[in-house]
Amino acid sequence: MNIFNILTEIEKVDPEVYARFDSRRRVFKHLGGFGKKLAAAAIPVAFGAVFNKAYGQGTSNAAIISILNFALTAELTDSTYYRKVLEANGAALPATFKTGLTLIRDNELGHVATLQAAITALGGTPVTIAETRLDFTAGGRLPNPFTDYATVLALGQAFEDTGVRAYKGQAPGLMTNDMVLQTALQIHSVEARHAAYFRRMRRDSQNLATNQPWITMKDRGGLPDWTQPVYDGEELTTQATVPIATNGISADSASEAFDEPLDRATVIAILNNFYLAGQKLS
Amino acid sequence: MAKNTKSIPEQELLQGLKNPLNRRSFLQYTGAGVAASALLLAGCDDDDDITDTNTTGSVNLGTGDTGILNYAYALEQLEAAFYSMVVTHASFQSTFSNATERSVLMDIRDHEVAHREFFKSVLGNSAIPALTPNFSAVNFADRTSVLMTARTFEDLGVAAYNGAGKLLTSATNLTLAGKIVSVEARHAAEIREMVKVNTFAARGATPAIGQETIITGGTANGGLDMALLPSQVLPLAQPFIRETINASNLPTI
Repeated sequence: MNIFNILTEIEKVDPEVYARFDSRRRVFKHLGGFGKKLAAAAIPVAFGAVFNKAYGQGTSNAAIISILNFALTAELTDSTYYRKVLEANGAALPATFKTGLTLIRDNELGHVATLQAAITALGGTPVTIAETRLDFTAGGRLPNPFTDYATVLALGQAFEDTGVRAYKGQAPGLMTNDMVLQTALQIHSVEARHAAYFRRMRRDSQNLATNQPWITMKDRGGLPDWTQPVYDGEELTTQATVPIATNGISADSASEAFDEPLDRATVIAILNNFYLAGQKLS
Repeated sequence: MAKNTKSIPEQELLQGLKNPLNRRSFLQYTGAGVAASALLLAGCDDDDDITDTNTTGSVNLGTGDTGILNYAYALEQLEAAFYSMVVTHASFQSTFSNATERSVLMDIRDHEVAHREFFKSVLGNSAIPALTPNFSAVNFADRTSVLMTARTFEDLGVAAYNGAGKLLTSATNLTLAGKIVSVEARHAAEIREMVKVNTFAARGATPAIGQETIITGGTANGGLDMALLPSQVLPLAQPFIRETINASNLPTI
């Protein structure tokens, strides 16, 4: 049996086979029983060398580091905002909310530290964001971003709903590293908990009965119109070609039941609302 | 070579998901290549000792991504059945006298039904059968009993999806799971606030399902939700399901 026949045969029907997998481990995983049998037969030295060359970890790490630095950028933006709100200690913010916001701020600081450690461990350099680049008035559109309760809740909702979509969009890019992928997922769901909290606080304190913790269609729930990109694309009612608004499920519920990913460029554009001219993220 | 029937519905499933990069298409390609070159390995029935047929009272989730999707389908069946019981119970209006809370619970019921029906549809012939829930431990006329059970289900669901992501080989399936897990996390946060204010992401040294503390505390590695493997999740879900869930064929890495 010639092992290389496998590769040759695969290549005949799939010329891009070498681009389809990203790690030697995953190749064996995909080959399933064949990989295991070959391993048992001590053949994988040659076999592995072929795949390792095609699917070496070098470029993979660079891609993961880039994703993690993107996530870190978002986390630094959010956590800086929450810190400044808590420092301002505005009288209009209820004490109970300040407790909740402190919990969120602490979680975000944990995310920052976790991402920094992962980036360093992978051989990368964690990004830093100078506070002087940031403008939480969003170019003067939000006069009192740190002390006006409605504004704080609105910005928190926008940041967290964006964060959920940002992590979701990057998850496939982390599949080559199980540990990093899982950590990102563990952050992703916490962002969703935060989003739900801000949304319920707005629902209950801002007379926004329809602003439930989940996103209905692409409704921005009374946020300023320039935040619409946070919600565009959330209105899907079909998933993987399966129509969801059936079996008595309304279109609204169908859209709520699935959150949607957001691409990196759109997330950066949203975050740039809070960066000064000449200091924008790229 | 006991049976090869499992791979056909799996391939159909993945075909349906239209993912150019997924494992199914690769398996299809390798299947073609292997057949063409007659590279059948004598010992390949190592992976064939999988039971396709479910013995009475036992449900086998299956293998690979299909197994993980069936695992999610089982959990969604449980959640959908639970919330359906909650909102159709005779005392729903009095147990949950607040209209917003009733609206929340009915929304969550709809989301969980949507998730259940989605998995049933996408799994097609590979789907496990409808499970029989066992909610004998829940007092549906008691707000606390309902909410504590809901909290457990939602936190467990989040941890299950978080821990299963790395077991999936298809990026399409990972994204689909990601679309659902954040909604489960939104549910968890809302239910937790209904139980006790500011517990939506309660931090602590030893977070656990069924406890108030659910997020890792501290700064280094802090702020993380739980991630549990099927072998950790199913013992917690099994008491609510009559059938025995067999997860022995699920991927473990």
